[in-house]
Amino acid sequence: MEKKQTVPLYKKILNPIICVLLGLAFSAIFIIISGFDPLTVFAKMISYSFLNSMGLYGSINGALPLMFCGLSVALAFRMKLNNIGAEGQFAIGAVLGGWFALYGPSLPAPFGLIVMFLLCALGGGLWAAIAAALKAYWKINETIVTLMFNYIALLFLDYLCYGPWMAPKQTTAITPLIPDSMYLPGLGGTSSALILAVVIALLLQFYLQRTTGGYQISVIRDSSQSATYAGISVKRFIFIVFILSGALAGLAGFVKVTGILHRVQAQLPGGAGYTGIVVAYLSQFNPLVVILVAILFGGLQNSCAAVQIMGVPSQIATMIQGTIMIFVIAGEFLNHYKISFYREDGMEVPEQ
Amino acid sequence: MMALIISIGAAAVVYAVSILYAAIGEIFSQRAGIMNLGIEGIMLMGAVSGFLTVYHTNSLALAMLAVICTGAILGLVFAFLTVTLQSDQTVCGMAFLIFGSGLSGFIGKKVTGIATAVKFHDISIPLLHKIPVIGKIFFQQDLLVYCMYIIIPLSIFYIYKTRPGLILRALGENPAALDTAGIHVFALRYAYVIFGCAMIAISGACITLSYTNFWNEGMTGGKGWIAFSLVAFSRWNPGFAALGALLFGGISILGINLQIYLPGIPTQFYSMLPYAATVVALIITTGSFRKQHTAEPAALCQKYDREGR
Repeated sequence: MEKKQTVPLYKKILNPIICVLLGLAFSAIFIIISGFDPLTVFAKMISYSFLNSMGLYGSINGALPLMFCGLSVALAFRMKLNNIGAEGQFAIGAVLGGWFALYGPSLPAPFGLIVMFLLCALGGGLWAAIAAALKAYWKINETIVTLMFNYIALLFLDYLCYGPWMAPKQTTAITPLIPDSMYLPGLGGTSSALILAVVIALLLQFYLQRTTGGYQISVIRDSSQSATYAGISVKRFIFIVFILSGALAGLAGFVKVTGILHRVQAQLPGGAGYTGIVVAYLSQFNPLVVILVAILFGGLQNSCAAVQIMGVPSQIATMIQGTIMIFVIAGEFLNHYKISFYREDGMEVPEQ
Repeated sequence: MMALIISIGAAAVVYAVSILYAAIGEIFSQRAGIMNLGIEGIMLMGAVSGFLTVYHTNSLALAMLAVICTGAILGLVFAFLTVTLQSDQTVCGMAFLIFGSGLSGFIGKKVTGIATAVKFHDISIPLLHKIPVIGKIFFQQDLLVYCMYIIIPLSIFYIYKTRPGLILRALGENPAALDTAGIHVFALRYAYVIFGCAMIAISGACITLSYTNFWNEGMTGGKGWIAFSLVAFSRWNPGFAALGALLFGGISILGINLQIYLPGIPTQFYSMLPYAATVVALIITTGSFRKQHTAEPAALCQKYDREGR
């Protein structure tokens, strides 16, 4: 067993695909145990969410929040900051933006959207900044803090949607619709948020690959001690990365409210923050790949509806995500190591 | 008033025990150098496997066996990923969290919301339960709680007073030294991760077999994370973990009760209490403004690679 120095590109692409297939095969075991035929289930899922325009639009719409959450996690993990609070930052972003959309002054068409865009990003960013401050000044484990903040943020959203913001004559926890001027323009069957996501992914890619800041982030990831020695302020970057990451998650709230639902509701993120972790990991924290993987996962979630009619529980999507992630983690190993056999006399067996 | 104190106290003990199994399991795992972030997912798997077994067989003994096996299998996979393949422990934990919550929801869908007749019932311990107040709080509980009363002193004794306990502590501090001394680091880490996961699964079982008698998707509601932060809070000591668990139990039960007496404040704010308390406790106990030496195992979360330098 020895460490490989470089990984060829085709293997980088092929490995995750094989792992995804293995993950699906493994999930199939549980589908068989529950008394369904996995091939029919998978075939139905794929044809429902990718092989017709209606389904594809649905998948992309479902993928939009995942794109932003995936970008949020990818950025944080690039610096080894375990921000698993995308779910809560999503919620707080939606709360701040939603407050403006519902109760703020009405501005002419594009300005209202711009203000809301900024407020959503601000909400997510500020919520993440608390964890950043605790991490930067007192070295508090950010994993636990961001996760606890998820529960607090979701409960707060719950309170607003069941309480002061609840739409009149409603029994479910939803607010009234936001004004028409706050709707994101459509794009074919989906929303123009797709363009926004791609632009932001490109910007992020540029920042991480081509700027000093991006380079410094990768230095901190590899060793925060050498970064400090080189004069990089690690504290400052904890703040920058955390706030940007939170802002991206908050934008998921912007997209979901203005582009898809046109209102705020309880449990708005619906697990997108956690799925974002899988998306980010599967795309190796590469912003552009995040967009593609998010569409795949959006489709996976979208396809639940197709198989639910057959009686398959909708949790199948989360289960498949988990199995895929476990297999991808295991497959990572093969990327970095190669197993070679040694003969008794110590000569290496040449690779076939 | 007395009755209220007793009911709050007794409920706090039940709550505490349900997170304490996971916390002690995690303490052992972390002392061995492996951080398992997937507690919540493994707890859910334990909860659903126990409930399904009881639902189909009506046997608590079989259910506990199923719970422990589920935990052990998950532990084996986790150990394989983190010890043998040396994958990133945080990412593995996240994967287990998502996998566990997905799979448990998937296989438990059919029995969601159905109550079983069989669950752990309260047993009064002769003599002891007659002690005023304390007797009713501590000695009118079910079997899982009494087992915990034995596990706490045993685990403290094991970690601090025995030779295997000494090796366990070294495992998390300096595995290379142990390896040099001829102790099989990998095998021991496997053992402790599997043990830890089994304990975490029992924590889940506490929720479906003792705390309630039904199953619902995601019903652990963050208890796994509270258990996780309890580990750092307790400075990796099962004794302090027990006190911390009682504190968290008290806070969340108090929240539920305050709801009845102060209905002016929306319920969601009371539900936030345990999560907020966890963050505050984490800041107080692990903040770097403390002068004290940290109790965190030095090799925690570090890959141990024999060939690494």
